[in-house]
Amino acid sequence: MQPPSDLLAAPETEAADTATAVENPTVGIDQSVGDFTYDVKYAFDAGSGLNEGVIRYISDVKKEASWILDFRLKAYQTFLDKPMPTHWATKDLENIDFNKIRYYLSQGQKPKRTWDEVPDDIKRTFERLGIPEQERKFLAGVEAQFDSEAAYSNVKDIVAKQGVIFCNSTEALREHPEIFRKWFGKVIPTGDNKFSALNSAVFSGGSFIYVPPGVKVAMPLQAYFRINAENFGQFERTLIIADEGAEVTYMEGCTAPKFSTSTLHSAVVELVALKGAKIQYITVQNWAPNVFNLVTKRAIAMEDAEVKWIDCNIGSRLTMKYPGVILKGKRARGEVISIALANDGQHQDTGAKMIHAADDTTSVIVAKSISVGQGRSTYRGVVHIPKHLKGCKNNTECDALLINTNSRTDTYPAIVVRGDTHAVQHEASVSKVSEDMIFYMQQRGLTEAQAMSLAVNGFVNDLVRQFPMEYSVELKRLIDLEMEGSVG
Amino acid sequence: MSAPALSSSPVEGFTSTRFAQHLSHRAYLPAWWLEAKKAAWNQFNALPLPSRTDENWRFSDLKGLDLSGFTVPEDHSRQIPNVSSFPEAAEIVFSNRQVVARSHVSADLAAKGVIFAPLDEALRQHGDLVRTYFQKHPANLGSEKFVALNTALTVAGGFLYVPADVEVALPFVIQHTLTGHNVSVFPHTIVVLGPRAKATLVEFFVSGGSSSDAGRSLANAAPTERQFVSGVNDLHAAEGAQLTYVGAQRWSRETLAIQVNSIAAERDARVLSLNLHLGGRQARHESHSRLLGPGADGDSEFDQRPLQTHVSPRTTSNLPYKNALLDTAKTIFSGLIIVEPDAQKTDAYQKNRNLMLSDTAEAHSLPGLEIQANDVKCSHGSTSARIDGEQEFYLKARGINPTEARRLLVSAFFEEVLNKLENEDLHAALTGLIAAQFKK
Repeated sequence: MQPPSDLLAAPETEAADTATAVENPTVGIDQSVGDFTYDVKYAFDAGSGLNEGVIRYISDVKKEASWILDFRLKAYQTFLDKPMPTHWATKDLENIDFNKIRYYLSQGQKPKRTWDEVPDDIKRTFERLGIPEQERKFLAGVEAQFDSEAAYSNVKDIVAKQGVIFCNSTEALREHPEIFRKWFGKVIPTGDNKFSALNSAVFSGGSFIYVPPGVKVAMPLQAYFRINAENFGQFERTLIIADEGAEVTYMEGCTAPKFSTSTLHSAVVELVALKGAKIQYITVQNWAPNVFNLVTKRAIAMEDAEVKWIDCNIGSRLTMKYPGVILKGKRARGEVISIALANDGQHQDTGAKMIHAADDTTSVIVAKSISVGQGRSTYRGVVHIPKHLKGCKNNTECDALLINTNSRTDTYPAIVVRGDTHAVQHEASVSKVSEDMIFYMQQRGLTEAQAMSLAVNGFVNDLVRQFPMEYSVELKRLIDLEMEGSVG
Repeated sequence: MSAPALSSSPVEGFTSTRFAQHLSHRAYLPAWWLEAKKAAWNQFNALPLPSRTDENWRFSDLKGLDLSGFTVPEDHSRQIPNVSSFPEAAEIVFSNRQVVARSHVSADLAAKGVIFAPLDEALRQHGDLVRTYFQKHPANLGSEKFVALNTALTVAGGFLYVPADVEVALPFVIQHTLTGHNVSVFPHTIVVLGPRAKATLVEFFVSGGSSSDAGRSLANAAPTERQFVSGVNDLHAAEGAQLTYVGAQRWSRETLAIQVNSIAAERDARVLSLNLHLGGRQARHESHSRLLGPGADGDSEFDQRPLQTHVSPRTTSNLPYKNALLDTAKTIFSGLIIVEPDAQKTDAYQKNRNLMLSDTAEAHSLPGLEIQANDVKCSHGSTSARIDGEQEFYLKARGINPTEARRLLVSAFFEEVLNKLENEDLHAALTGLIAAQFKK
C-alpha cells in the first residue's frame, strides 16, 4: 500500500494553516500512513534474544538505580517461570519466538526538548505521522517513542507551570523517584501474567505523568509509539498518577511498518486515580498486521474517583488487551469503551475487567466489534463483586457485527456476584448488517460498498462520538478504508 | 490446587478387582456392551481429574471431586417412597442400583412398539437398538472421566423408545433413590423418539438417607449422607419429534452429583429439557445439545454447563436459565452457543438470571458465544439482582406476610420456565417442589 503522499508532503506549511490541519487531523491511525520505514543507525543495540546480560545492558545504558535492576532481574525469572496462557488463549501465542526478538534499540538516551534537536531521519518519520503540527495547534504535551526510547518530548509551559510532570520512564524513576516509586508496579504486579513480567524485565520508554492535587489539565496529553526495526519488541511502561481532585486526559497512537517477520509490542500501563480524581485514557491502536500486541492495562480508582478507558483496536495480528479498573474507594466509577475491527488474518481479543473492592462502586463496559473477511474478534471480560460489599452496580453490553459469511466472533464474559444488594446485568448480541438497511440506502443511490460502510459507521457511532473530534473523524475514515472490497 | 490424593490411579472403592467382579456378574449381557465397559474403565483410569487450569472447570470446587471412600452399593433399602404424584404412562423406581418397583406400558402402547424398560432388560431384549444410540454423540465438556466411570459401572438406567408417529400424552417416570453413607450410583438413561413421535420423560433423583429414614419424600428436609452420583443421558429426537425431558434432583446435602446430558435434535425436532436442582453439595450439570437437522428447536433450562452447537441452517435454540439463591448457595452458569460455519439463519438465545435471596449467596456467570456464520441472530443476557423492592412492598401493602411475598415472587420468577410444560399435573408437582423450599 502506498502512503497518500499529498497528506504528508508539507507538514511545516500545513501547520500554519489551521483550516487545512483540521482536515488532516491526527495521522498515525491510518495503516497506509504508518507503512514506511527508514534505515536508522542505532547507537545502542542489545542484540537478539533475551538473557540476564541483555537486562543488565539495558539497565546499564540507562544508568539506573540498583533497585530497578533488581526489579528487572526478578521479573525476568518470573517471566521464565510463567507458562504461556494457551489453556484459554489462542495457540497463536506459540508463534512468538522470544529468541529472535531485539529487546533494546536506541539512538540516544536523552529525549530532545525542541523539535530542531531531533535527528533528521527520526524527524521525518514523526513528521509523516503528524506530530509537530499536533503539538503546535492544541496539544498540551507530546511524547514520541521511536523503538525503545522517547525521541522527542515536550510539555507546554503552561502545563509544566501547574506542576504537571510528563516524561519517560527512565527520567521519571531517576528524577522523581519519591513520586513514582510508590506506585510503580503496584497496580499491575510483575507476576500478573507472562507478558507483564517480560515488560517488567526489559521495559524502556513510555510516559510517566503526575498531576498535582486539584490540577485540571485542560488539553489532552499525547503519546505516539512507533516501531521502526524488524523483529523488534517494544516494551513501553506507562504510569499516570492523578492526585486528589486532579483531572487528565491522555491519548496514545501506535503504528509500525509491515515487515515479513512478526514484531512484539508488550506494554504495561498503570493508572492511579486518587480521591476524587478523573483519568481518561484513549488508545487508537493501528499496528501493522504482523505485530503481536499483548498489553496489560489496569487502573486503580480511590474514593469518588473516575477512570475511563477508551480503547480502539484496528491493527495488529493478535491483540490481547483487557483494560481494567480496580474500584478501591467508595463510590468509585470505572468505564471501558472498546471498539475492535478484525480483518483477514487478524484476531482482536479484547475486553475489560472490573474488580469491585468498595461499597457503592459502579462500572460500565460497552464493547463493539466488527469482523470482516476471515477476521476474528473476541470479547473477554471479568466482573467481580465480592461478598462483603453493598450496593455495587455493573452494566455490560457487547455487540458484534459480522460482515462476511466466514467472519467469526466470540464472547466470553465471566461474572461473579456475591450477596443480595448488587445489581449486575450483561447483554450481548451478534448480528449482521440487515439487508433491508442496505437495500434502502441503495434505493437512494448509494453503492453497496458505501451503504455497508455507512451501516458499519452507524453501528459504532454512539461510541465514536465519545472520542475527541480529530480521532473520531480519522476512525470513520479508517473504517471506510477497512470496509473497501468487503462486499460483493 | 487439587489435593495430592486426586491422582489418576484407581481410587478406593473403584478398584480393578471391584470392576472385574462387576463384569463377571454381568456375563449374560451382549459382548459389545461388556467391551464398551472395559474400554471405558481403561479410559477412566487413564484420564486425569480436572485441574485448576482446566477452563471447563473454572470457578468449580475441585476439592469436592475427591472420590476416595466411595463404594458401589450391592443392596437396597426396603421401603422406597414414590415421589411422583401425577398420572403416568409407566414408571421404573430404582433404589441404589436395583429395580424395586415398576409399572409397564399399556397393552395399547406396547402394541404400537413403545419400549420402556430398565437398561439391563433393554440390553438383553433390544441390544441392537440400544447399541445404535448409546453414547452416539458424547458430550465433551470436561467430565469425560466421570462419563467413562458411568459407562464402566452403570447398572441402573432406563431405555425409552417411541416409534415413528406414536404420541404418548402421559409422562414416563424414572426414579433413582440413593441410600447409605459413601455409596455411589451411575444412572444412564437413553431416550429415542422416532420421526414425529411425541413423549415426556420425567426423572427424579433423590437421596433416601439411611434406611431408617425411609419415607422421606422429595419435598422433605434433605438427609446429610455423603454420596456420589455420575449420571449420563442420551436423548435423541428424530425428524419432527417432540421430546420433553424433566430432571428434578434433591440429593442429600453432602452429595457430589455430576450429570452429563447429550441431546441430539434432527430436522424440525423440538426438545424441551427442563432441569430442577434443589439438593446436593456440589451438583454439576453438563448438557450438550446438537441441533443437527435444519429447523430443529431446542428449548432448555439447565443448571450448569450447557453447550448449544448449531450445525445446520435455520435452527433455533433458547436457554432461559434461572436461579434463586438461598443461604450459602453457589451457582456457576457456563453456557456456550457455538454456531458452526454452515449454520446460517441460526436463532440462538441464552439467558441467565440469578435472584439473590441471601447475602451469602454467590453467582458465577460465564455466558459464551462462538459464532462462525454471519447470517445469525444470537444474543445472551445475564443479570444478578435481589427481589424487586417495589414488588415486595406492593404485596406487603396488601397484607401478605414477607415470607409469603418472597415465595410468590420466586414462583413467578420460575414460572417463565415452568409454564413451558404442557402437562398440568407435572407443572403442579414441580411448582410444589419449589414451594417446599420456602417452608423451612
